[in-house]
Amino acid sequence: MTDSLVWSIALPLSGAILSVLLPRAANGIGLASVLGSLAAALAVIWTVADQGPLTYAIGGWTPGLGIALRADGLSALLLLLSALVAVAASVYATAYFRQAEQRQRFWTLWLLLLSALHALFLAADLFNLYVTLELLGLSAAALTALSGQREALEAALRYLLLGLLGSLAFLAGVALLYTGYGSLDISTLTHRLSPGLTGWSAAALMTSGLLIKTALFPLHFWLPPAHANAPAPVSAILSALVVKAAFYLVLRLWLEPFASLSTPELVQMLGVLGAIAVIWGSWQALQAERLKLLAAYSTLAQIGYLFLFLPLILETSDETLRHAALGGLLLMALTHGLAKSALFLAAGVVQQHAGHDRIAELRGTAQALPATTFTLALAGVALIGLPPSGAFLGKWQLIAGALQAELWWMLGVVLAGSLLAAGYVFRLLGHAFGQARYPARSLSIGRQEIPALGLGLAATLLLGLFSAPVWSLLAGLAPAGGLNP
Amino acid sequence: MSFDAWLPALIVLSSLLPGVLIFTLREGSHRLRTSLNLGGALLKLLLVGIMIWGVFHEHVYESRWSLAPGLDLVLHADALSVLFVSLSTLLWLVTTVYAIGYLETSPHRSRFFGFFSLCVTATVGLALAGNLFTFVIFYELLTLATYPLVAHRGTPEAIRGARIYLKYTLSGGVLLLFGVIWLQVLAGPIAFVQGGILSDLPAELHPQLGWIFLLMILGLGVKAAIVPLHGWLPQAMVAPAPVSALLHAVAVVKAGAFGIVRVVYDVYGVEFAAELGLLTSLGLAAAVTIVYGSVRALSQDNLKKRLAYSTVSQVSYIALGTAILGPIATIGGVVHLVHQGVMKITLFFAAGNYAETLGIHKVSEMDGVGRRMPGTTLAFSIGALGMIGVPPVAGFVSKWYLGLGAVEAGLASWVLPVLVASSLLNAAYFLPILYRAWFRTSASDWPHEQIPARRLETHGSLLWPPVMTALLALAAGLFAAAPYSPLEWAELIAAREYRQ
Repeated sequence: MTDSLVWSIALPLSGAILSVLLPRAANGIGLASVLGSLAAALAVIWTVADQGPLTYAIGGWTPGLGIALRADGLSALLLLLSALVAVAASVYATAYFRQAEQRQRFWTLWLLLLSALHALFLAADLFNLYVTLELLGLSAAALTALSGQREALEAALRYLLLGLLGSLAFLAGVALLYTGYGSLDISTLTHRLSPGLTGWSAAALMTSGLLIKTALFPLHFWLPPAHANAPAPVSAILSALVVKAAFYLVLRLWLEPFASLSTPELVQMLGVLGAIAVIWGSWQALQAERLKLLAAYSTLAQIGYLFLFLPLILETSDETLRHAALGGLLLMALTHGLAKSALFLAAGVVQQHAGHDRIAELRGTAQALPATTFTLALAGVALIGLPPSGAFLGKWQLIAGALQAELWWMLGVVLAGSLLAAGYVFRLLGHAFGQARYPARSLSIGRQEIPALGLGLAATLLLGLFSAPVWSLLAGLAPAGGLNP
Repeated sequence: MSFDAWLPALIVLSSLLPGVLIFTLREGSHRLRTSLNLGGALLKLLLVGIMIWGVFHEHVYESRWSLAPGLDLVLHADALSVLFVSLSTLLWLVTTVYAIGYLETSPHRSRFFGFFSLCVTATVGLALAGNLFTFVIFYELLTLATYPLVAHRGTPEAIRGARIYLKYTLSGGVLLLFGVIWLQVLAGPIAFVQGGILSDLPAELHPQLGWIFLLMILGLGVKAAIVPLHGWLPQAMVAPAPVSALLHAVAVVKAGAFGIVRVVYDVYGVEFAAELGLLTSLGLAAAVTIVYGSVRALSQDNLKKRLAYSTVSQVSYIALGTAILGPIATIGGVVHLVHQGVMKITLFFAAGNYAETLGIHKVSEMDGVGRRMPGTTLAFSIGALGMIGVPPVAGFVSKWYLGLGAVEAGLASWVLPVLVASSLLNAAYFLPILYRAWFRTSASDWPHEQIPARRLETHGSLLWPPVMTALLALAAGLFAAAPYSPLEWAELIAAREYRQ
């Protein structure tokens, strides 16, 4: 079943090419290729759960020469998340774009972005990672500019430049590692890397490049305008998946090649930046006047939570604690991916229906769009971290881990972050529940409402009640103390 | 899996599934919605009946589902959970009938009944929770399911009331969550076991256990409306009457009180909690709440507000009974869980009837209402007399056992004065209502008469629920010694808690 690794990347890629050749059939091609890549992702996770990590060398070249792919529990879960969100957002997009030209351009870039994303999750060597990262950044910036409006263009340009800066830093680090250790294969490097100037500089360059891309405070400033001005399905995938891809790389690098370089101070610092991001992002979301801006700031906070987990995972020798925290981290990331895409898709429906997304003027939304309001509520529940969402279980692990590791400051951060999140979610719902004489246009937008609702339900019920396999998939991944002999 | 392993889950599902289906119904499909509502309620009643029988014969019912390593969702039936489940199931049925009558003509009925079913699902789930983790999940779900019910009308006051409700309950929920996780880090998964499980922990952890107790009681105290955490309750009065009835009698405040009972008896163990010196402060907080709620109720002219402050006071009888060490006080506290529910739901149904039928919202408008609506007013009177503690209504039984228990525990010096003062205050704010209703004549027209008197004083589905629950309150007092009565069940619980 190792072919499914290739299919999950190749299907969107060939879809992108076909959509250029046959622009009229773009909708159909797009849907078929994302569905195909979802099937491939399911096959990957099924095989990983059954047989353990997979590797595949394209063309049979040995690692180091050719392109190698690999999947373990961590990458398989993120691949599935990405494929799932992509299907929902694609179904949504078939009804979202009204202009044919815009639609066709969307599909090409969209499928390109997806194949880059899937390749990033599956890549086994650093140079391929750089390529996917660059491709991802370019297609994401182009998608942001799709609407052609002035704010969107400005945001996209800034996004593009910072993204390039980030990937250049990453590339410089990769080059240093290659000259220092003579390999780009991640598992080879994991065994060879030792503390020293080369390793240190490479780690610093690559990590800071990725921190820009994942928008960790204080490198976050490009994110809110980019995510808030992109078309709704694009915002969904940028917020849910693209920033998480960069975080995935941070995690992957520090779990494997850089594990021997990690120091308590460094990891603590990442945790503290995460803590500031949680508070700052939630506070800004509480102040936001527009729904999409709220969603974008909430992404900053959610990324912060992921970094809060790092001290629990990278600086502990207690295997149970580490495993529990890693599962919690993944569950937070998955829940946020589903919930945030649901939120952005629902925000798009609200925007198209009401003609704006100013929160204070959303009275009557619950009457006019009950299904979408319910989606907003489900997504909100998941963002706050209330049961039955997956984030509740994730936060539980975070609090339990902080108590065990005696990181008291973290408790305050989680407390404040949760209450602030409740504040911004219920401010929105309070306005939506308000009674109003809403223009009762019987607009039939079921096709757009259903994918968002599905994502919202998956974030709450599916991940909240059926998430035990996450921990078993992550068992045995990167034991404490790194893989160094 | 056997039926015994499915029964608790089925009881939860019997309101969850109808609720989910109701969300998808059109506003117009009245008959289908009603059949789903009543069908679910009756099915649940049947399942609970089976469970009562089984628990009495020491059957073990447990549904278990693993969510994460060390975190299991456990639904488990023991004597205490069965008591609370039966109460919510029975009162849910009655309230559903009432709500169908009450909301007949108003908009968004599918949304209302959907969340209504979710609310009961959460209540039943937390009643059946077999460990603290499961309890926390359903406790938070209850908050979420009631928010749309409080905000249902969509008016600025409703939104405001709902926001205040959320501020209190979510903050409380976070405190509870921190307490529970902290405890779990110290002692591993916390299952509810009669007699408690913490007494084996080493002595150096005892100070931490005190702090954890404080966190959890603060979190639970918000929903149980213990002063000064009660501020949301009078504000939540903007909700429609069936919601208020459910909130005050079965769901929200009861969830808090039930949680306190669980934590004291089945997590710490009442003897161990007393040994740590945790009960005295809980008892004092309860006593202050009992008196304070009654005093505030005196000055409320709005009928529902007066009832709300009365709830603040009455629910703390449960906490008081819990805080007194000794089986008799335990019986008094636990049985009041049921008695207060039945009596208070009667009062709120009646208040809703006055508002819906005649437009009466204030005590000062109630002159002579007894002649116009004798059935409702009779039910109201029984409920009110029960609250005061007049025999043979159920409230008397609770107060009797609380008093006896206090004497047994040697706390008579401060508990008895509290009980007496509270009863006098209860009389002072309920008797004037009864006097107005029965003995004064109505000055002029009713404020806003919507339902004319025909054969019945109001719609049948509004009249019968309060009459039914008033009879229940009477029966629970009159036949307190009969088999399967709430009192007998509370005695069974007390016997099992103090068995060790």
